[in-house]
Amino acid sequence: MDLSNINPILLVASIMISATPILLAAIGEMVVEKSGVLNLGVEGMMITGAVIGFIVAINTGAPLLGFAMAALAGALLSLAFGVLTQVFLSNQVATGLGLTLLGLGLSSLLGKPYEGMKAETLPKLDIPLLGDLPVVGRMLFSHDIMVYLSLCIVVAVWAFLKYTRAGLILRAVGESHDSAHALGYKVIRVRLLAIMFGGACAGLGGAYLSLVRVPQWTEGMTAGAGWIALAIVVFASWRAGRVLIGAYLFGGISVLQLNLQAAGLTWGVQYLSMSPYLITILVLVFISSNRSRSSHDAPANLGQTFHATR
Amino acid sequence: MIRLEKRPQPSKAWTVATPILAVILTMLFGGIMFGLIGTSPFEAIRTIFWDPLFHPQFAAFSRPQLLVKAGPLILIAIGLSIGFRAGIWNIGAEGQYIMGAICGAAAGLALYPMESVLILPLMIVAGALGGWGWAMIPALLKVRFGTNEILVSLMLVYVAENLLASVSSGLLRNPEGMGFPGSRNLSQWSSSQNLELIPGTGMHLGVLTAFIAVILAYVLLTRHIQGYNIRLTGEAARAAKFAGVSPARTILFCLGLAGALAGMAGLFEVTGPAGQVSIDFGSGYGFTAIIVAFLGRLHPVGILLAGLLMALTYIGGELAQLMLGVPGASIQLFQGMLLFFLLGVDVLTNYRVRIGKGELA
Repeated sequence: MDLSNINPILLVASIMISATPILLAAIGEMVVEKSGVLNLGVEGMMITGAVIGFIVAINTGAPLLGFAMAALAGALLSLAFGVLTQVFLSNQVATGLGLTLLGLGLSSLLGKPYEGMKAETLPKLDIPLLGDLPVVGRMLFSHDIMVYLSLCIVVAVWAFLKYTRAGLILRAVGESHDSAHALGYKVIRVRLLAIMFGGACAGLGGAYLSLVRVPQWTEGMTAGAGWIALAIVVFASWRAGRVLIGAYLFGGISVLQLNLQAAGLTWGVQYLSMSPYLITILVLVFISSNRSRSSHDAPANLGQTFHATR
Repeated sequence: MIRLEKRPQPSKAWTVATPILAVILTMLFGGIMFGLIGTSPFEAIRTIFWDPLFHPQFAAFSRPQLLVKAGPLILIAIGLSIGFRAGIWNIGAEGQYIMGAICGAAAGLALYPMESVLILPLMIVAGALGGWGWAMIPALLKVRFGTNEILVSLMLVYVAENLLASVSSGLLRNPEGMGFPGSRNLSQWSSSQNLELIPGTGMHLGVLTAFIAVILAYVLLTRHIQGYNIRLTGEAARAAKFAGVSPARTILFCLGLAGALAGMAGLFEVTGPAGQVSIDFGSGYGFTAIIVAFLGRLHPVGILLAGLLMALTYIGGELAQLMLGVPGASIQLFQGMLLFFLLGVDVLTNYRVRIGKGELA
């Protein structure tokens, strides 16, 4: 094994790339959970976004259009979840699982003819001045637009939840849907919008996997990224800033793991591949062992069905 | 205006009718889907649901497959349903299934090439323990630290898949396999083989165990205090706590039982239909069993029927792949749709639909 092959500048740059899909999915899911809805279908929406983005990018040659369509597909799929859980009052856990199974099936059906193809990837932005800085320039300022968009979304979500009236209403709906309803807020409408935002973000994250990070379509390519995004929301105790930290930490782990494999670590490739999942479990244990804090942070009505009787 | 009014009790009639309605809706929308990908909807539906059982040419081969596929699905779904009843969401059955197969096969292979009638029972116990142990990880973490069992059990599926890849090209690799990954063929070693009990039916030990599990689960849920406690925990967790039901014990019991059953399902599969531990052993039964559990309304008898139906879609799907060139993934989508429609129409069980203007309260 030769560790000197690992270039620290490229390492940081690739951490940003590998963290972006889970960051997008996690920030979207955080908004959903803030509104009191637990959508376990992130994996399904991500992989649908991945396949739709890839197909559109191949057929039009425009990766940005691919991203837009992936977001739309994610939002539409999540709307199905929203209608079932909010209008037909189905169990959120079961419906979310169903969404994941549905998305996995749908994506492998749609993606079959596209396996092994190569889509045009996003160009790297040339940021004047900043991009020319010696070390930092290549690390931080020579990525594609989606990396920066994901960071913008995080800041926007943070500001939205903290400073705007609409954000306050969304949090109120998540903390106590009955009170919010009594105050005249449209609980179901707020939740449906939040669910669709989460779906769009997951779709973008999936498209980033198939269009930039890999960039190819293979069946089941998200490989649990959606579930890791869900874990990051718990890790972040429902705060936008910590979602960012969590996603970059996990991005770091998966990149490091791949780098070690590439550096010629001969024993136990499989043990390295399972490390992101094991570390997710460890982090979950660590976060939830502080029980008084973690239960305090979760939106009070998370996962509960809302049915207005009056 | 259409309003929903909560029923004081879930409707008995709709509990039975909703799965049938969901199947009909899935056939309808599945037919549209097949139409869109250029297959005749009627032919596709007939190939999936009718031909495996009654086609003059293929039925003789595919009929026994029904039990072969339904066995593991039912066995896993029974375990899952008991947890779901208590509000414990074990969705990592696929991992427990793989670990059961690995542990059971390892126990057997350690004794190769000994011949004894005791080896298969030993392997079954080892398989059950393997699945049980794998399920104990989320259970103990939940009890001790309050960790979310959904995420932990699912993460462990990916860990188990990597372990499977590791052992099938390492520890358990067939020394006479000329370097190819995969263990010795357990279905060809007389001490470990899990043969059909009645030739030509597909009825092997695993299927028999699944049927026994259905009966025992029924007795547990309707006649036993532990089953009552589980149902109580699911319906009203606080009430159960006041009545002295220990949440920790319920969690350990439900996850452990589901893990042991999934582990046994894995062992029966590896000694029978699959034959060996190999990289592609994980077949998604653990996830499909979730659909089976819900389609069967978390009721043992319902799960029995749902497992048979889901097995039919598997075989029919393979047949449709062969005969009509339908992509294999469309069956997965079909199964996903079924769960989705079921959850959607389920509203009729718990709510009454009122049309017209409701009186103001």
